[in-house]
Amino acid sequence: MTDWLHPGLLFVVGALVIPLLKGRLLQGWLLLVPLLAIADVAALSPGNFGSFEFIGVHLVIGKVDKLSLVFAWVFTIAAFIGCLYGLHVRSAAQHVATFLYVGSALGVVFAGDWFTLLVSWEIMAFASAYLIFATRLGPAVRAGMRYLMVHITGGVLLFGGIVLHGLETGSFLFGPLENSGGLAYTLILVSFMLNAAVPPLNAWLTDAYPEATVTGAVFLSAFTTKTAVYVLIRAYPGTEVLIWLGAAMALYGVIYAVLENDCRRLLAYHIVSQVGYMVAGVGIGTEMALNGSASHAFAHIIYKGLLFMGAGAVIHMTGRRKLTELGGLYRTMPWTVALYMIGAFAISAFPFFSGFVSKSMVIAAAAGDHHATVVLMLTIASSGTFLHTGLKLPYYMFFGKDCGLRPEEPPLNMLLAMGIAAILCIGIGVLPGVLYELLPYPVDYEPYTGAHITASLGILMFTALGFFLFLKFLDPERTISLDTDWVYRRGVRVFLWVAEKPVARWEAAVSALSDTVILRSLHATARESLKVDLNIVDAVVNGVARTALITGAIARRMQTGVVTHYAGAMIGGVLACVALYVLLSFG
Amino acid sequence: MIKRIVHFFGDSEKSRLRWRLFILSLAAIVIADFLVNRDHGEFFWDSLPGWSAGFGFVSCVAIIFVSKFFGHQGRIMRDEDYYD
Repeated sequence: MTDWLHPGLLFVVGALVIPLLKGRLLQGWLLLVPLLAIADVAALSPGNFGSFEFIGVHLVIGKVDKLSLVFAWVFTIAAFIGCLYGLHVRSAAQHVATFLYVGSALGVVFAGDWFTLLVSWEIMAFASAYLIFATRLGPAVRAGMRYLMVHITGGVLLFGGIVLHGLETGSFLFGPLENSGGLAYTLILVSFMLNAAVPPLNAWLTDAYPEATVTGAVFLSAFTTKTAVYVLIRAYPGTEVLIWLGAAMALYGVIYAVLENDCRRLLAYHIVSQVGYMVAGVGIGTEMALNGSASHAFAHIIYKGLLFMGAGAVIHMTGRRKLTELGGLYRTMPWTVALYMIGAFAISAFPFFSGFVSKSMVIAAAAGDHHATVVLMLTIASSGTFLHTGLKLPYYMFFGKDCGLRPEEPPLNMLLAMGIAAILCIGIGVLPGVLYELLPYPVDYEPYTGAHITASLGILMFTALGFFLFLKFLDPERTISLDTDWVYRRGVRVFLWVAEKPVARWEAAVSALSDTVILRSLHATARESLKVDLNIVDAVVNGVARTALITGAIARRMQTGVVTHYAGAMIGGVLACVALYVLLSFG
Repeated sequence: MIKRIVHFFGDSEKSRLRWRLFILSLAAIVIADFLVNRDHGEFFWDSLPGWSAGFGFVSCVAIIFVSKFFGHQGRIMRDEDYYD
């Protein structure tokens, strides 16, 4: 224990100190803790740490290997960038929630047993929900409640799965799960898929993230779905259904992004789409595919954070979030535009940007495993990614029709945070070897071949051609899109309507029937029974009683009290006995 | 410098120049696609020069129209106060 310090613990302890600090001291602390955590991760070496027995269960809070380290690296780096971006935020509660969120995500990443995983998982859900509540606006509070309810349900499924798994195998150590046909396997898979936002369990994400605070959404975009990808890599590598769910989800996000008008909801749908690549990689399950999922998660956290920071900067400066109400901001926010576009090029996988070296690894792994359809689906999704995050959103937000607003650039800390993320997006793209070194398996993949570069540019630039030719069909509309959250937002109303209308009517009919027919016949039967009771039963009982009374009276009259009467009766009786005896003997 | 680049993309007077540069880059990409070495293809389309350009364009158009079709005809897009 002494030579090992859990990076998550730094954040949890750091969170406890935050309420005591103010002003510059608080800002220094917000930057110091993530930096310490990065240094801590750099110093970690593989092995099992912090293992002990707790109520008969073997717990390991620090399982360190290459897979957990690559996620720990990007989580701590993203935490630093996010904290810098949110440095101006005065609300201590928000910072506390952020630190707990990051700390518990690191708790999941280093969890060596299911119990530690579950506890970290639940803290993550509650801490992250606060980042949605923190705007204190009505829609955000309602979205936060839905977010929390969905995650609590997921947590219950996970808990049930873990208990069943423990009973089946007798071990609580976190590792790959065998599909033994048991319920535990399915329950845990569903709870992981829920956090990875795999459709139809995706709507919590796109419902809640756009409602979060400007700074909170940057953290939300990084941690919850990527911890889910991490646990899927650990527990479900090579699960075939995930290939198809991942490919479908990559397209699902793209289709919804066309329809979306809210800038951060559009980006949220692209989280769904991008996580689709990672989920598909887990499903393929080869070393290259798992490397691809891990590296894409790494690259994604940085560029998605950058995109959310760019959109957040616009919301922060204008107070508007709908594309129909924005436009023409490039005049006064050129730095925001440029930094956002670096994130957009990275997510679209332009050569020399981070997505190019990570996303292509998943697609190459799918090709290597002969999944032609999956390759095509993921390639279409790549086109859609550039179409929305690289063209539609920046066009309608920064260029296009002038909305008349002339906002300034966001505060310096926001621009700096975006700048660091942008440098990382380009750095990873130019020097992929640094990222590849961190991956769980040895990398035998070269992204920079001539054919790969021209093919990527061909897809992306001809997507741009399609965009400009059919621009007017893409104009954002003032609508919202129905997703599976309909089930618990409007479906509940249907449930209530069913309860209030048909069920209530049925209930009324049944009680009317019972009032008119059943109850009345019951009354009649009761009246008849009463008659029988009064006239027959009672008569019999009374008759018996009267007979007893009369007999008693006769018997009483026979008691005269005169000795000679009794003596006479006794003698009579003896004589009668003798006579009877004689008759029976000799008759 | 950054400001000038960004303004170049926003300035409506430079629209014609932008289109020319754009078409030029598209042509360059397609030509380059014919010149690169494609020995390591997995599928038949990997050996077709210009495939990615066509696929990218068709994908883009398909995404736009299929999504809008679902959105309008599939009644996925609703008024903003739908849930209120």
